[in-house]
Amino acid sequence: MIEIDRLCKRFGAIVAVDDVSFSVARGEVLGFLGPNGAGKSTAMKIVAGFLTPDSGRAAVCGLDVAEHPIEIKRRLGYMPEGAPSYNEMTPVTFLGFIASVRGFSGKEKRRAVDRAAEMTRLGEVLNQPIETLSRGYKRRVGLAQALLHDPEVLVLDEPTDGLDPNQKHEMRTLIRDMAPEKAILISTHILEEVGAVCTRAVIIARGRIVADGTPGELEARSPNHNAVFISAPAQTLRTLAPILRELDGVAEVAVGDNSLCARPREGCDIHDEIQVLVRQRNMLVSEIRLERGQLDDVFRAVTTGGALTGTAGAETAED
Amino acid sequence: MGVMGAVFRREFVTYFITPLAYVFIVIFLALAGTLTFFLGSFFDRGQADLQPFFAFHPWLYLLLVPAIAMRLWSEERKIGTIELLLTLPISTTQAVLAKFLAAWAFTAIALALTFPLWLTVNYLGEPDNGVILASYLGSLIMAGAYLAVGACFSALTSNQVIAFVLAALVCLIFSVGGTPIVLEFFTGWAPSGVIDTIASLSFMSNFRAIARGVIDVSALVYFASVIALFLFANVVLVDLYKAR
Ligand SMILES: Nc1ncnc2c1ncn2[C@@H]1O[C@H](COP(=O)(O)OP(=O)(O)O)[C@@H](O)[C@H]1O
Ligand SMILES: [Mg+2]
Repeated sequence: MIEIDRLCKRFGAIVAVDDVSFSVARGEVLGFLGPNGAGKSTAMKIVAGFLTPDSGRAAVCGLDVAEHPIEIKRRLGYMPEGAPSYNEMTPVTFLGFIASVRGFSGKEKRRAVDRAAEMTRLGEVLNQPIETLSRGYKRRVGLAQALLHDPEVLVLDEPTDGLDPNQKHEMRTLIRDMAPEKAILISTHILEEVGAVCTRAVIIARGRIVADGTPGELEARSPNHNAVFISAPAQTLRTLAPILRELDGVAEVAVGDNSLCARPREGCDIHDEIQVLVRQRNMLVSEIRLERGQLDDVFRAVTTGGALTGTAGAETAED
Repeated sequence: MGVMGAVFRREFVTYFITPLAYVFIVIFLALAGTLTFFLGSFFDRGQADLQPFFAFHPWLYLLLVPAIAMRLWSEERKIGTIELLLTLPISTTQAVLAKFLAAWAFTAIALALTFPLWLTVNYLGEPDNGVILASYLGSLIMAGAYLAVGACFSALTSNQVIAFVLAALVCLIFSVGGTPIVLEFFTGWAPSGVIDTIASLSFMSNFRAIARGVIDVSALVYFASVIALFLFANVVLVDLYKAR
């Protein structure tokens, strides 16, 4: 539903988007991740038909954005970064305006506005000037605007930015509920978002794609993926560490004050082995835990240009 | 209601949600009245017409119309709603036209609210109402030209003050082009063809031509061309902002 092919965009000397390609199918929620200034918003603006790329192509529902600007804007729901809206209007008049521009009138228009307001729970504030609303409500007005015409394709630029934990949760639930019938592209720099709503994540840094995969695949790229973490008294750890280092599957053992972390060799499962070993020797440990690997680690590693250990299926755009 | 109708309505209504509309209308009426009665010696002339009233319109518009136009695009750029507007199914040309027409409709209302002056001259004597009507129409069309200039410069920057100053400056050049002071400056050394061209390109002389009461086609064409030219520039500026 969204296809981006070798997109490039520069602002003067800054290369904001550099040879980015990906696609989003119906039923997918693609999380577009990256540090601030990575080029997420720029790429989304191109998809929404606001910016023209220097080269490359963006298509929505099979239509080229550059060739059919009006038609793709009809099909697309887009929430720009910061969810801008006309501050002096109320949510009801604002959504009414959007509905009119989108060709709704009369009863149909009222239904569309009611539906969008209900989905985003704007109920209590519908008649309050937007400039007096809290950040969370403003964001919901921006989202309601994007949802108003029940588009097949949604592009949301940082939908949960600045929301409190409850509001974030609501926003994610809403996005997840809509996901099956739509193709959704959301950008974020909050990593917990990815596991919570996304079916796939693309990490971008300095305009380039550095990782692309399901949240699971990305976690698997963490240096701590499948590492075994043990908490125990220092005495016990001192005895245990050399034994673990002897194991075939163990690549590295890092010992801290009251804990120890054993990283496996690529593709090895050391958890069970270590557990058996500890039990056999009657060692006193308070915890043995299998690390899935933190997205944080992956994110930091790929966006700061560090090398990664482990390559579970995901490809990088380095050439 | 079409796409343009929706944008037109929003823009038009917005003037009245904010205090801007009322402030503008009050200032416009106060200035129009003051200038007419004091500077224009409305009563002393002993003539029942609105000549002194209309004579001041170019000067009034010079400052007031850029003030109406300055927010049209600058504000959208500043708040970021331009991204919202231009990702709705509307072409740049439609958006430019709808906004311009809304601002023009607003000026028309301000102008119409000067009707007590018209009532006054009709009470005092027997003016030529045809001439007055022509003058009103001429004034409205001239206001459109000032507005197009203002809208164009509003699209150039996200700073409303800069938009205002630039627009007022260009409006000033268009206005004074036809005044005796400027024309005298050229007389004597510039060929008369040049002087005539300068005079014919000024808002004042074209407005005077319409305000005489005869429908002056060339003046109408002139104002229509100025409006078209600056609205075209407006579209180009908005598209350039997108293509940046
Ligand atoms: N209008 C602009 N003019 C100049 N540079 C810009 C403009 N918009 C974005 N940039 C630059 O492009 C890069 C990518 O920005 P952006 O797409 O907003 O990143 P993100 O959304 O990932 O935080 C940044 O370095 C930013 O400074
Ligand atoms: Mg951004």
